[in-house]
Amino acid sequence: MTNLTALTLADARKALRDKSITSVELTRAHLDAIEKAKGLNAFVAVTAERALRSAQASDARLAAGEAGPLEGLPLGIKDLYATQGVHTQACSHILDKFKPAYESTVTSHLWRDGAVMLGKLNMDEFAMGSSNETSYYGPVASPWLPPNWTPEHAKAALTGDKKGLLTPGGSSGGSACAVAARLCLAATASDTGGSIRQPAAFTGTVGIKPTYGRCSRYGMVAFASSLDQAGPIARTTRDCAIMLRSMAGRDPKDSTCYDAPVPDYEAAIGRSVKGMTIGIPREYRLDGMAGEIEALWSEGAQWLKAAGAKIVDVSLPHTRHALPAYYIVAPAEASSNLARYDGVRYGLREDGGDIVGLYEQTRAKGFGAEVRRRLMIGTYVLSAGYYDAYYVRAQKIRTLIKRDFETVFAAGVDAILTPATPSAAFGIGEKGSADPVEMYLNDVFTVTVNMAGLPGLVAPAGLSATGLPLGLQLIGRPFDEETLFTLGAVIEQSAPKLKAPAPWWA
Amino acid sequence: MSVDQATVRRIARLARIAVEEHEIPHLQGEINAILSFVEELASVDVEGVEPMTSVIPMKLPLREDVVTDGEIAAKVLANAPLTENGFFLVPKVVE
Amino acid sequence: MANLINGATGDWEVVVGLEVHAQVTSKAKLFSGASTAFGAEPNTHVSLVDAAMPGMLPVINVECVRQAVRTGLGLKAQINKRSSFDRKNYFYPDLPQGYQISQYKSPVVGEGEIQVDLTPERSFRVGIERLHLEQDAGKSLHDQSATMSFVDLNRSGVALMEIVSKPDMRSAEEAKAYVTKLRTILRYIGSCDGDMEKGNLRADVNVSVRKPGAPLGTRCEIKNVNSIRFIGQAIEVEARRQIAIIEDGGVIEQETRLYDPGRGETRSMRSKEEAHDYRYFPDPDLLPLEFDDAFIDALRADLPELPDDKKARFMRDYGLSAYDSAILCAEREIAAYFEDTARHGGQKRDAKIVANWIMGDLSAFANANSLAVADAGLSPAGLATLVDLIGEGVISGKIAKDVLLLLLGPERGADPRALVQARGLVQVNDTGAIEAAVDAVIAANADKAEQARTKPGMLGWFVGQVMKTTGGKANPQSVSDALKRKLGLD
Repeated sequence: MTNLTALTLADARKALRDKSITSVELTRAHLDAIEKAKGLNAFVAVTAERALRSAQASDARLAAGEAGPLEGLPLGIKDLYATQGVHTQACSHILDKFKPAYESTVTSHLWRDGAVMLGKLNMDEFAMGSSNETSYYGPVASPWLPPNWTPEHAKAALTGDKKGLLTPGGSSGGSACAVAARLCLAATASDTGGSIRQPAAFTGTVGIKPTYGRCSRYGMVAFASSLDQAGPIARTTRDCAIMLRSMAGRDPKDSTCYDAPVPDYEAAIGRSVKGMTIGIPREYRLDGMAGEIEALWSEGAQWLKAAGAKIVDVSLPHTRHALPAYYIVAPAEASSNLARYDGVRYGLREDGGDIVGLYEQTRAKGFGAEVRRRLMIGTYVLSAGYYDAYYVRAQKIRTLIKRDFETVFAAGVDAILTPATPSAAFGIGEKGSADPVEMYLNDVFTVTVNMAGLPGLVAPAGLSATGLPLGLQLIGRPFDEETLFTLGAVIEQSAPKLKAPAPWWA
Repeated sequence: MSVDQATVRRIARLARIAVEEHEIPHLQGEINAILSFVEELASVDVEGVEPMTSVIPMKLPLREDVVTDGEIAAKVLANAPLTENGFFLVPKVVE
Repeated sequence: MANLINGATGDWEVVVGLEVHAQVTSKAKLFSGASTAFGAEPNTHVSLVDAAMPGMLPVINVECVRQAVRTGLGLKAQINKRSSFDRKNYFYPDLPQGYQISQYKSPVVGEGEIQVDLTPERSFRVGIERLHLEQDAGKSLHDQSATMSFVDLNRSGVALMEIVSKPDMRSAEEAKAYVTKLRTILRYIGSCDGDMEKGNLRADVNVSVRKPGAPLGTRCEIKNVNSIRFIGQAIEVEARRQIAIIEDGGVIEQETRLYDPGRGETRSMRSKEEAHDYRYFPDPDLLPLEFDDAFIDALRADLPELPDDKKARFMRDYGLSAYDSAILCAEREIAAYFEDTARHGGQKRDAKIVANWIMGDLSAFANANSLAVADAGLSPAGLATLVDLIGEGVISGKIAKDVLLLLLGPERGADPRALVQARGLVQVNDTGAIEAAVDAVIAANADKAEQARTKPGMLGWFVGQVMKTTGGKANPQSVSDALKRKLGLD
């Protein structure tokens, strides 16, 4: 085997079972790739020794015919997931040196199934961001070259502040970058407002945010409890399906985790879409929307139609309120969820004289600017006199948003097709420095899905005029991820093949 | 709605985040930008609409009354910045 | 009205409402599987959830819900089949999450009422506003160091029921009686052990004063009072403080205060003075708590007889006075002890005699030794036998008192009947033996016997002498009869 990192997860799984490669070889190849890609800043911690030990154990199990579904497959884990004894900080300074004494349910499922952990992936601090620029560990550079940049120019920028290089999106920027740059076969990610789907779209990878409750949130550092959901980023829909099957499932330790069997999502790949009805929501056609986005969207609809699906126009009238409502609900929950970071039991502690001073100094120094901003907004919208006007109203609007989807699904629509992002990837340092809202607008197409708790899958569908990946989003009925995998695979098959970015960073 | 500087200070205090005086005008601007972004929600007709309490139709799972956890003081204290004799330590709190 | 407080400007009425925090009896905590046991090493009864580690989530303990519903039924209250949990946000070192999970907007139990016994004969009603479930906080020790507080999270997350009364009490006495009765109900139901020394029952006391008939005055909340006596004292001093301020032309500021039993005063809690804004909102880690009628009905069916019902039944079935019934029913265990004794062996005994033994000698012994009556060392069967022995004339009441002390002490566990035999304590009913003893005493005290014929009051002295010579075993009635006859007092 020459290029082990170029394998898809499914191909690597087959090669391992065929014994044509070993997990140690596969793991070592990825560790080498990670080492060479340090400049991209995708990983914040590499667990090489542990990875090789796991790989050896996997090889033994493979040899003994006791392989789990993910046996010997090296993965990257978003820094949001608690991994026992390993760096877990949600890329925040406030969790300085924190090493949990426990494992998240999702990652424990992966290890149960034989997967190998390569290390922890960079992300926006506490998953608050759309460009991975809010990470305490610095931004991640996308493996995609900025338009008209030479590899030499880009490589040089890696050693500096990375300005002008492309962001991989966020908050799962490390996950998307690592998967796109072939640093791991697949990665865990998480999605509160688009944090799986937007980075997948920006990097030409596939990501799915499952239905709320499909994956346990136990051991995931919380951002906004009613919106957070775990999911994978991988290079194909099949790989995503394989990952999700292991990640998902009931958990008695999470009261909001759904208790229903996990289907064999992989079996949904390649199913016929004949007779399916796909809704095209008119409210997603924004004023001033880029022509190439609109064209891609139409093209996607044509591909599904060509495969036998019926395309219908649908209306989701409360769509435009989703993003503002999200920016009330998510910060409100965050302001409470992040109250536990107080310098008493773990993480950073800054002296401030008395106890209040300790809290205030610890939290001022431990949280980055974006997190502080959202905590203050969240505190404000919950405070006396504003709670009803902001929080309660936003939750009512959430009910309306969910009702919109229910109405469409009740009318026989199987899934909804939308653009994933308003544009292709932007540059590091390009957005949000003057007005935070500019950055928030990235999530305009994805955030409705979180507000309604629905599953959403993003698959690469083409390239922008500047040669950067663009994705399309499929939104499904609650707990019908299978239909999304079926439809996603059709888009994947129909779209022009993306060429993997050449490793200019190495 | 928009916030004045006194409100910014009050929110920072409630959120237990130290804010330097020179940061206040900037923070005020950012918070007001976000508040103006969400302003349009005031125009939505939400008459008779229940606020969302649970995004998926599910019943609260109930746990039986069995002691299954605890007795892990070492793990509980492992990451603490300052401990003594099994206690977490904080600057003296005056009641 | 007797409850009014006399001030410089006339009479004042004090208005009291209470928020009682009762620790729910359960093995594990409200939202985690850690133990609730008291007195462990610091931070041992703590799970990762209780310590608010990142990514930890609450899962509710159904027994705590059952206890709340049982209590609600005991308070004749509205049970809400759908309730929800909110977060009360504030920063404090013994609050690891930075919020307390509580039921702010929709509690599991709504309005109810308690019949409060001011004296065993005199009752009044206190309305219950609501009962909700919430988490207890940890504990900070402030006396371990000059500069640091020591935080122990063992209590963090233990389930509490907050039981809020309506402002229906008009004196310290009424408030004390209310808490006493509430505690009795909780202990009957078994939803809280009511142990105030361990802090398992404590109260926030809302006090205001007004001129009779005037609208409610501004109230002050006295936090965390942990004994019934202190609740009474706190109300007295707080009411007088408020009256003095108003009579001096001042106004009462709504605030939280602390009762200092050492100084006998309440004082403002300065550290809590900073404007509170708890930012309540529904806990997104939990779903609404829902249960059906079958859940409630099953708990109702299993509910023990409650104190008021038991008291009424004791009066009806045993012919006991309200006073005796109230005392016996104050503790479920004593009431059960009484009934077991009164009905032991399927026989009926004189309930009043049984009650007197329990409330008298047995309680005195138990109190002196800080024991519960039922744990004093005499089984209901033992006491029943003792009462039977008296009834059968086998021993006298006086001997029985000695037998009781033997049974509670050196002869613990012995069969009273066998003990009386073995120790030769059986009452002498043999007329011949009694007459002989009487004769001997008269003969030895001929002068006194002569006097007694004209001074019948001396009979008692003669009875005493005869009892003395018979070692207390002679049937006193027979002795008295024989003496009367022989001294010619008939």
